[in-house]
Amino acid sequence: MTTKLQGGSVTRLLLNDRGGRWFLATLAIATVLVLALNLLVPESSPLHVSTYMVTLLGKYLCYGLLALALDLVWGYCGILSLGHGAFFALGGYAMGMYLMRQIGDRGVYGNPDLPDFMVFLDWQTLPWYWQGFDQFWFAALMVLLVPGVLAFLFGWLAFRSRVTGVYLSIITQALTYALMLMFFQNDFGFGGNNGLTDFKDILGFDLQADSTRAVLFLLSSLALIAGYLLCRALVNSRYGRVLVAVRDAESRTRFLGYRVEHFKLLAFVVSAMLAGIAGALYVPQVGIINPGEFSPINSIELVIWVAIGGRGTLFGAVIGALMVSYAKTWFTGAFPEVWLFALGALFVVSTLWLPKGLVGVVGPVLERWRTHRQQPALKEVADHG
Amino acid sequence: MKVLQRLAVLVMLCLPSLAQALPDDLGQQLLKGSWTEREQLASTLASSPDALSLKAAQLWLDGELFVLKSSKQLVLSVKEDKRYRVTDLVSGADLGLHKKRAIKKVPLNNKLRGLLRTTLSLQNLQSPNKDLRREAIENLLGDTSAESLALLNQVQQQEQNTDLQALIATGLAVDALESGTPQEQIKAAQQLGDSNHPVAAQALLAQQANTDDQALLAAINKSLADIEQRRRFYGAIENTFFGLSLGSVLLLSAIGLAITFGVMGVINMAHGEMIMLGAYTTFVVQSLLPDHIGASLFISLPLAFLVAGATGVLIERTVIRHLYGRPLETLLATFGVSLILQQAVRSIFSPLNQSVITPEWMSGSIVINEMLSLTVNRVVVIGFSLAVFLGLLFVLKYTRAGLSMRAVTQNRAMASSMGIRTGQVDALTFGLGSGIAGIAGVALSQLTNVGPNLGQNYIIDSFMVVVFGGVGNLWGTFVAAMGLGIVNKFIEPWAGAVIAKILVLVFIILFIQKRPRGLFALKGRAIES
Repeated sequence: MTTKLQGGSVTRLLLNDRGGRWFLATLAIATVLVLALNLLVPESSPLHVSTYMVTLLGKYLCYGLLALALDLVWGYCGILSLGHGAFFALGGYAMGMYLMRQIGDRGVYGNPDLPDFMVFLDWQTLPWYWQGFDQFWFAALMVLLVPGVLAFLFGWLAFRSRVTGVYLSIITQALTYALMLMFFQNDFGFGGNNGLTDFKDILGFDLQADSTRAVLFLLSSLALIAGYLLCRALVNSRYGRVLVAVRDAESRTRFLGYRVEHFKLLAFVVSAMLAGIAGALYVPQVGIINPGEFSPINSIELVIWVAIGGRGTLFGAVIGALMVSYAKTWFTGAFPEVWLFALGALFVVSTLWLPKGLVGVVGPVLERWRTHRQQPALKEVADHG
Repeated sequence: MKVLQRLAVLVMLCLPSLAQALPDDLGQQLLKGSWTEREQLASTLASSPDALSLKAAQLWLDGELFVLKSSKQLVLSVKEDKRYRVTDLVSGADLGLHKKRAIKKVPLNNKLRGLLRTTLSLQNLQSPNKDLRREAIENLLGDTSAESLALLNQVQQQEQNTDLQALIATGLAVDALESGTPQEQIKAAQQLGDSNHPVAAQALLAQQANTDDQALLAAINKSLADIEQRRRFYGAIENTFFGLSLGSVLLLSAIGLAITFGVMGVINMAHGEMIMLGAYTTFVVQSLLPDHIGASLFISLPLAFLVAGATGVLIERTVIRHLYGRPLETLLATFGVSLILQQAVRSIFSPLNQSVITPEWMSGSIVINEMLSLTVNRVVVIGFSLAVFLGLLFVLKYTRAGLSMRAVTQNRAMASSMGIRTGQVDALTFGLGSGIAGIAGVALSQLTNVGPNLGQNYIIDSFMVVVFGGVGNLWGTFVAAMGLGIVNKFIEPWAGAVIAKILVLVFIILFIQKRPRGLFALKGRAIES
């Protein structure tokens, strides 16, 4: 067993991360299974997974990546951002702008140079900030850069002047609120209320096609796995240990000579970029991005995913995101009235009785069960020895 | 007195005509009579003190008076599809749909029009009601015909009220500016410079474009500059007023938070929902007492305090109590509570906005002059927020309960060992903060829509105000609320409402970087923990 584990850097990374190993294995198997059942099994079969389901799962995986991003800053660095939805939405808008430009002259007005809403607003030329978005590489770069630069500026200002705790939470909320107001403006140039929608294809592939959906789902899953490994590598490194020290005793870490704000800033920027990627994968799957994604409640819902799953475990955050999102889909379909009651209750219950989330409850139980099972074996060894 | 006397005489003179308000064959006479006869009828109708005759004269003047050919009744008609819905003028009875041919408009020519207008204006100009007189004069200011000028000249002698005298003088000056001799024009131009009425500026601008008399131009330019300066001055006062009004709304919504967050250090994300509960209490009280809208607000105030306060105590005892010292967890748990409260209101009432009626005594506006008028409801809210603020200061400073509250927040362990039940005080403080939010809800129900999202719209602003002003400092909250309100309203004219809001948010975000503890930070070691 041990010899196999020493094979590569990835396996070394997961050496002491039993939950992570289980999580990644389950995710990989589930991804392959879903794709196989979607593409290879005929539609008439009861085992067939519909493309709608694949897209829904792909959406959940994007949420999972977003939750992972938040867990990196909240679980390991103690920064409770109530505005992480903003980075998600910015990544989404960058991708949306690319998809918008791909429509070309197939829009309602058939204008090859301008998206429909600009024609509607009677604009003559493409604004400067839309230049370049017809190139995929540029849009992909912006998916990383826009959230990253915003996080860098915001974090640099906030951490340098030691804005911490609830103050930071509240101004991050104000940040996403201000962005929401801005994007709701029609003349801001991002489609106002309606946002960006009516996408046709991505890199030449039809967005409605089953195969494109399947590939997007696969990409979301791969992004989540890669994101997980990146975060795990970060928190396992020396840097990650300082990060935890900052979370637990910021002043003491500073007095030991560490530049606390640099450590926080790196985590914040990486997290914002991950959130941006999640948004960019989310938009082509749901087919729309609008200013509602900036609304503070989205960001707060995201916090509850992490809190329910278990902060500071990485995979717990993803599990929380998947579970709560699934519950939301089910509740809003079956009992729309009850959903907000349920969500509210989740907030209260998780903070009062589940401070470590589900992972904090299930983890120790599994551990006890495992040691219990090993006990007789050890005894046997002792007897024979 | 003179006016009254004249009025008495007028009434006595007109008494006989009162009895025979509208002759039965009036319709016949109006249709078939000669123009001379119509003129007589017109002056009788328009100078009669009887309301119905006046109404008929006014309708005649507006070309809306008809005669039903079959019965010769005077009627009103409204077009419906291709036919006309006809109603009797005297009784208001619905006479059914008729073809266009069945009715005839009462004839009207220019002479009659002038006669009717002059006589009707004179009626109003001599009315004992000051507002009616003002309205009549305002009507005359717009038009510059010889007859209205004659009317203005006529009433100038009679008018006693100085405000109205000035208004008449403006009207006469406008006329002199247009058609007087050069000396009169210059004098009029100078005189108009003192008037706040928009007509003055219009007339000056029109004449400025027409004339090439240098002396007159100089006088006009000077007067226009005067007017512009005064307009800017009153504009600034108005902006400040709007700013104070917005500031007092911010103060009302933030002041409860200043206690729960500022004094206790509890992040209560359900604060907005306490405001919402207060607003809904007003709605419920109004629907229970539909006949006493005027008094409903006074009943709502204590009720809203109790409802929101009790909810606050409940939340504190069941949830927040277990989370002291864990601010981030408190934030999440109270956010959950806020979602539950919102959905509860949605389920009980409806997801739609409810209409809360503004009582009579709070509607209308206070007119200072033609350039400046203040709406009463905003004035009331400004006064109310100040009263709440001062009341709260008094409670915290001079009552036993306030003393314990301050003691517990300053040093919990010491207060406890001095015999203060800290648990009780916590609940009480939280209840007080929530109750005040409820009161704020009553006031806000008069200014905005009452719906399940009411609280959400105020929560971020409230936090911004408290954080900007400095936590734990009520005066800081006051200064921050008023300051932000005024700044917002001064940015709005050139940036638009939404951009102004964004700019203020960005400003606060940057400000907190510079002074993380707000405008009026508490100093000392206790803060660091």
